[in-house]
Amino acid sequence: MSEEKQETKDIRFEEAIGRLEEIVRRLESGDVPLEDAIDLYKKGMELSAVCHSKLQSAEKQLVTLIDKDGEATAFDPAQGGNRDE
Amino acid sequence: MQNPYLTVGALTKYIKRKFDADLHLRDVYVKGELSNVKLHSSGHVYFTLKDSRSRINAAMFRANASKLKFRPEEGMNVLIRGDVNVYEAAGQYQLYANSMQPDGVGELFIAFEQLKERLGKEGLFNAKWKQPIPAYPDRVGVITAPTGAAVRDICTTLNRRYPLADVLLFPAVVQGANAVPSIASAIRQANGHGGIDVLIIGRGGGSIEDLWAFNEEEVAREIFTSRIPVISAVGHETDTVIADFVADLRAPTPTAAAELAVPDSVEVSRRILESRSRLHQSLHSRLRQEQKRLERLESSYPMSFPERLYRPFAERLELLDERLGQSASRLASDRRQAIANLDARLSARSPRELLTQAQQHTNRLEEGLKRAAKETVQRQGRTLDSAVRTLQALNPLSVMDRGYSLVRSGDRVIKSAGELDAGDKVSISFRDGTIDAIVKGSPERKDVEQ
Repeated sequence: MSEEKQETKDIRFEEAIGRLEEIVRRLESGDVPLEDAIDLYKKGMELSAVCHSKLQSAEKQLVTLIDKDGEATAFDPAQGGNRDE
Repeated sequence: MQNPYLTVGALTKYIKRKFDADLHLRDVYVKGELSNVKLHSSGHVYFTLKDSRSRINAAMFRANASKLKFRPEEGMNVLIRGDVNVYEAAGQYQLYANSMQPDGVGELFIAFEQLKERLGKEGLFNAKWKQPIPAYPDRVGVITAPTGAAVRDICTTLNRRYPLADVLLFPAVVQGANAVPSIASAIRQANGHGGIDVLIIGRGGGSIEDLWAFNEEEVAREIFTSRIPVISAVGHETDTVIADFVADLRAPTPTAAAELAVPDSVEVSRRILESRSRLHQSLHSRLRQEQKRLERLESSYPMSFPERLYRPFAERLELLDERLGQSASRLASDRRQAIANLDARLSARSPRELLTQAQQHTNRLEEGLKRAAKETVQRQGRTLDSAVRTLQALNPLSVMDRGYSLVRSGDRVIKSAGELDAGDKVSISFRDGTIDAIVKGSPERKDVEQ
């Protein structure tokens, strides 16, 4: 169980939300046994919580400049001027 | 006398000097229609320029031809600046073009149309090559000038909509002579970097010359080759470049590209909440549905009157029970009977009975035996009596009483006179004793001897 939770936390956002939507679809189709439906519900709530917390936790975007040599440095978009480039 | 004849070479040289000396021919502006265009592998271009009345052979050497944005084509009306001179080997005068541009429309327009048509024919714009843009990218790559308004617009929009994604900026020169190799190499670098889900390539607005790098074949091919889905974002909404056709998705502006690259997190949040409520809803309705199903089953006719469900069985049970009772008693009585039989048979064979029988038998036998013995004794007695009587009758002594005697010779009883000879000693027994005698003679002796 703890392993599964860990896995849920490390999941990519796209996969998490994809799985959440798949679970909603399956649950709404109504052709799963009741016990499975309850499991799906739990899993779905868990995934939605993970998605939500991922969204909430990302407050400031990380922008990195990669130069020709592959060196990465933090980049402040405000550096971008008003030049039409 | 001097020889009046000139060599061909000398004549041609003379004519060439006339051309060289003419200032007008050194720098001419000519317009006409291209014909017999030959793009030589050396990079030189050979053609004929003509109008309805005349024609002139023309050449454009590589140094000048390589600067052409467009490709000279048959039937194209062009404006040429160059000089007219003599090609001595062929004895022809011809036009040497230094520059050429399409007549009527801009050369860039022609160049654009030409490349678009060529790449289109090659299939680079086919829908089948278009890669889908991921719905929730983790990493967004951006290729543009790090100093322009475009990078600011893109980053601002990405941050506003979807701060969850990281942004990797690959700076590129987006205008001027270095723009094409710079953009192309940035695309290759982004593809080699790994982990990038979507790539925005673009720049802010500008003149067609400023945007020109995005109309170049090398950039177009690099975008086509990119494994990362590409969103093109060049200039303003009205600007259309080759990169737009070859990109997986065209955005009218850099800001729009950022909007296409990532979802709006407010919208995503709303979707997640909606998913949650749909989860709730569907589980709730499922549970209610199961509850109802259960209730329906519970209130169904057989479940409401459960005894009716088992009554037939109870009846049948009773019947069977009864039959079982009957069978049991019948069976018991049968058994009892059988036991009685067996008992009788057993007692019939009881050793006591046998003993009694044997006793009786013995008694009977004993009685029989006694009786038989008695009878035998009686019979023997009677036999004895008669034997005694017979014996008495036969007793010689009783006979001797009557005067008879018994003559014996030795142990032998003499029954005949012939048995005796004269002189034989005999014993004669009388009733009261025995005497010895000697035979004196017998008359019947001869008979005996005979």
